[in-house]
Amino acid sequence: MVEPVLDIRNLKVDFATRNGVAHVLDDISFTVEPGELLGIVGESGCGKSMTALSILGLIPSPPGKIVGGSINFQGRDLTKLSQAEMRKIRGGDIAMIFQEPMTSLNPVFTCGEQIAEAVRLHQGVSPKAARARAVEMLRAVGIPEPEMRADAYPHQLSGGMRQRVMIAMALSCEPKLLIADEPTTALDVTVQAQIFGLLDDLRRRTGTAIILITHDMGAIAEMADKVAVMYAGRVIERGPADAVLDDPGHPYTRGLLASIPRIDADPDADLPEIPGIVPALTDLGRGCAFEPRCKLAVDRCRLAQPPHFPMSSDHSAACIHLEGRVIPA
Amino acid sequence: MNALLSVRDLKVHFPVGKGGSIHAVDGVSFDIPRGKTLGIVGESGSGKTTTALAVMRLAPITAGKVDLDGTPVSSIEGEELRKARPRFQMVFQDPFSSLNPRDRVASIIRQPMDLLNLGNPADRDLRVEELLQQVGLRPELKSLYPHQFSGGQRQRIGLARALATQPDLIVFDEPVSALDVAVQAQVLNLIRRLQRETGLTYLFISHDLGVVRHICDEIAVMYLGQVVEEAPAAEIFASPRHPYTQALIAAAPSLAPEHRRRGGGAKLQGDPPSPINLPKGCRFASRCPIAIDHCRHVPPELRPITETQMAACHLA
Repeated sequence: MVEPVLDIRNLKVDFATRNGVAHVLDDISFTVEPGELLGIVGESGCGKSMTALSILGLIPSPPGKIVGGSINFQGRDLTKLSQAEMRKIRGGDIAMIFQEPMTSLNPVFTCGEQIAEAVRLHQGVSPKAARARAVEMLRAVGIPEPEMRADAYPHQLSGGMRQRVMIAMALSCEPKLLIADEPTTALDVTVQAQIFGLLDDLRRRTGTAIILITHDMGAIAEMADKVAVMYAGRVIERGPADAVLDDPGHPYTRGLLASIPRIDADPDADLPEIPGIVPALTDLGRGCAFEPRCKLAVDRCRLAQPPHFPMSSDHSAACIHLEGRVIPA
Repeated sequence: MNALLSVRDLKVHFPVGKGGSIHAVDGVSFDIPRGKTLGIVGESGSGKTTTALAVMRLAPITAGKVDLDGTPVSSIEGEELRKARPRFQMVFQDPFSSLNPRDRVASIIRQPMDLLNLGNPADRDLRVEELLQQVGLRPELKSLYPHQFSGGQRQRIGLARALATQPDLIVFDEPVSALDVAVQAQVLNLIRRLQRETGLTYLFISHDLGVVRHICDEIAVMYLGQVVEEAPAAEIFASPRHPYTQALIAAAPSLAPEHRRRGGGAKLQGDPPSPINLPKGCRFASRCPIAIDHCRHVPPELRPITETQMAACHLA
């Protein structure tokens, strides 16, 4: 059994809002092992990005607060570290790339300067060595003429190139964990395929664990070893990517997969819809958060939040209809 | 050929400093028969949105013709153009910025009727309620403001506004790309239902191949301002002829088992060339996996490959 890089247990994050307390993350648990790619998938507002911010200690507080659970990273509980200690980890052992490569790079510094800054901050090397490292990283992420590109400002590069610079910066300190929050949403599909190829290649070569946050089940299929499906602040299904995609247990996961327009589907049939919209997090009842939209809902669903029921040794979903399901040996 | 919309050799060039110009749309032709949907797919900068805007007369047409059922949309101006406007309407990509946040929904949907003086003013409020019902919203929501709606509901409001003038043609520019997938399915089904019920003709711009496969009868693929392939939807997916179409389909993320953990499946390297300094030959040659010397010198024409399929490739 490989020791996980990251082990999140029963994480709870609350936000104080005008309409009461929102349980933004409610009892989140998952692990990521070295070299593994975990996909976190769900619709806007389900808590995907908030999970990433919790790991990095970037929850805006107030109004947000971690009210329970632990985030174990290499034997340390990140929820207990000081701001100064977290600063050493952020950008060092844990790196992040964001959705918008234009706004996450500083427009008044060259790409090389920005990567070199991260290197000097975390590795304490000379400016010259840091610059050399920046060029080396730009080359590693497939940027042509890296010596020249290191002197380019972000606006001089295309969207795909900018995202490569972000990845180069994130990887410059050899992180153990890389969190990629919708890294290709702003990019074209052919460029997305290039970025995916780059991330996949890097984790196989360096053993960096990756958390890929996405709303796109297609991206999950292309990239993930295992998946956590989130809905209204909870992980409602988790398991190996193949198991979740081929034999989804939760009605929400099934609905999400069915509603994707597919190239190989019958174009004359209407798309199966999930009726309604995601509930407000301040407005959740006692029961299953998906119950108001669920075709299979019964009275019992309204009574209490369903626990995870196992579907196999490593695949489970939080739906009472799975209770008593016979687990294949 | 009985086409409702006919576009011939459409060009939209934007001047940029020192006498250069961006060839945003560079010789695009297509027809859409009444009651059918043409999809235009392509990546950012391919000119698909500019094509849509030019058809709507919202981008300046440099050359070429746009004809809507006998009305020469590309050459009329002023009052004549205004009179023709009710017949072609548009639904925009961003459901947040395309609705005036200070107007109530009733006034947003009513506005095209007021501006174009359609129907009896006394009947317009009733018509607003009908339109809301038609797009699946409760009429009593008409007194709310846009921010009180979700993204999917806002896109329904945008659709109701487009339907208000009883158009023949609706141009959609990425109408579902800002929506979550479960909501996207609701809006796509609505768009199809409206066409079944009213015989509307659609020009549908999207970068999502799954979406166009689901919505469109015919698909045109654009690259750097030109159509590189056009065919009925089923054929273009079953047997894409242009290397760019092939790469686009290969790169589209899919749930299919053979796509699992393949790490993106990138076929193309690099980015498209600049639309200012266009290459002499085929515009795709610099990224094309099968380009030969001839491709770099002679631009290929869009030509019939089969009875229904056209491609602009020397090697197709």
